Amino acid sequence: MNACLKEKGVNFSFIFPALLIFSVFYIYPFIYTFILSFQRGDGIYISEFVGLANFKEVLFYDKDWWPSMFYGGFITFFALTFQNVVALLLALAVDKAIKTGKIYRVIFFVLCVLSEIIIGLLMRQILISNPGIFNQWLDKLGLGFFLHNWLDAKKILFQVGNVKITHALVTTALVHSWKGFGWAFVILLAGLQAIPEQLYESARIDGARSYQSFLNITLPLLTPVIVLVFILTILGTMQAFAMILALTRGAGGLTEVPVMRIYNHLRGSQVGLACAEGIVLGVILIAISFTMLRISKWVRSRWGVLPS
Amino acid sequence: MYYQVKKVIVLILLHTFLLSVALSCITPLLWMLNASFKTDTEFREDLGLKIASSPTLENYKTALTEGNLGFYFLNSVFYTFITVLSIVMVSSLAAYGFSRLQFPCKNVIFFMFLAAMMIPLPAGFVPVYILLNKLHLVNRTGYVLAMTNIGLSFSIYLLKTFFDQLPRDLEDAARIDGCNKLRIWWNVGLPLVAPALAVVIIFNSLNVWNEFVLASLMFTEDNLMPLQVGLMEFYNRNIIQHTLLMASLTIAAVPIILLYLVMQRQIIKGITAGAMVG
Repeated sequence: MNACLKEKGVNFSFIFPALLIFSVFYIYPFIYTFILSFQRGDGIYISEFVGLANFKEVLFYDKDWWPSMFYGGFITFFALTFQNVVALLLALAVDKAIKTGKIYRVIFFVLCVLSEIIIGLLMRQILISNPGIFNQWLDKLGLGFFLHNWLDAKKILFQVGNVKITHALVTTALVHSWKGFGWAFVILLAGLQAIPEQLYESARIDGARSYQSFLNITLPLLTPVIVLVFILTILGTMQAFAMILALTRGAGGLTEVPVMRIYNHLRGSQVGLACAEGIVLGVILIAISFTMLRISKWVRSRWGVLPS
Repeated sequence: MYYQVKKVIVLILLHTFLLSVALSCITPLLWMLNASFKTDTEFREDLGLKIASSPTLENYKTALTEGNLGFYFLNSVFYTFITVLSIVMVSSLAAYGFSRLQFPCKNVIFFMFLAAMMIPLPAGFVPVYILLNKLHLVNRTGYVLAMTNIGLSFSIYLLKTFFDQLPRDLEDAARIDGCNKLRIWWNVGLPLVAPALAVVIIFNSLNVWNEFVLASLMFTEDNLMPLQVGLMEFYNRNIIQHTLLMASLTIAAVPIILLYLVMQRQIIKGITAGAMVG
């Protein structure tokens, strides 16, 4: 009995360091977020219980919270459509032209390993109107009509109430997609290469054209991977922050994404508000991922593809 | 004949598409490298569009010494090295435990680690920052501990799946020879999972090296800042000196690009493994 207990103790000591760090820096902060969200103050020296006031503030009274969700959503929508469609096309192309595929993969992914700050600052330096390096490139390439003040937050392209779409926002979305497409590309390519070659062969023997085998083999078998990329894109982009800070500095609030607001509230000693915002955003993100998983299951069952 | 022509045309279109995207990725980086070798006057004439005729290292010298960038760089190396070392030790111990040993609540605890990877915590850095303040750990130690936690779940998951696939014969042999569990983990287990360890090391190194949010909150003193935070500071201080800025960005980018080129197989593996968890 005693020996058995001792052995269990020894075994447990293997995971103890991990569990300790995890408890202190994940589980406790997780619970602590909820506690803090009911408080006001800087959380360190001053904290005062205020009930649901922070949540009310975030959900109903804060004029800037929902616009910031919209800005995050705009960048996410851009990433979902533009970035992922380009990534899928690239993955299909590399899958076809497999001989040089490896070089392309190395090049496409390089932007993903560089930090958000490096990319943000570099693109700021290239896009900013003084000295306007990107505009010079466009001019040299004969695309002079395309010149823009790329990071301009003053000229409003489109406005609904409090929400303003500016050049700065569109540029941010573009740069974000440009930085992130390599990641979606790598995952989609791995998904494509996992599809067994025999399926295509038997389809060819049966006389299927290439678009038919794309629609009936590639697309259904790739759906789980595409859904995965969609969910991870939403989670990643809605929580993106450092690149946008480096690129636009928030552009006077017009590219202020949700996490940037959380960060600024923390810096401004409004910790309760920051936590409440984090909880609201987290719940929305979880709801979206679950819905997407449900839809994907439904689609796959309709298509008759076994869930993987 | 018709099919031959069609095939060639399709291939040309494919490669044009791939090449143009590849160019869009590389051009800014090459421009950055080129501009960093220029003097400021030379840069103002051509905006870095022409290849530097007489490359100068002056910008690098200024950035590394006067701009404090060398210091930030060493800080980043320190944080990354210590954090990754602690992640490797802690997570490989835990992964071995989860894979091979029996103890109460094993599955529940493992499930918690898994769940941590899937639950999005957009404000996760807020309570961690407050907690570190309360524990008086707003310093190097606190940062390394918090960053260790961030890499833990993924590393444990990856190493556990790797341990699970290994045959137990070698470990049995070691046990019969009288090795205790800790020595089996160190002498038999770890060497066998070396490929997975490489993925863990490289993946976490990138993560820690590129981390910005927590570092920017914790380190307001110049001598503690890692590179990412230092770059923002440096940028704000030297906002008009384009070539100097490009030199600073190159200093930050080149080690990562070199590391990536050497280890790109492991990095890609880590990315796909990380995605498949979700």
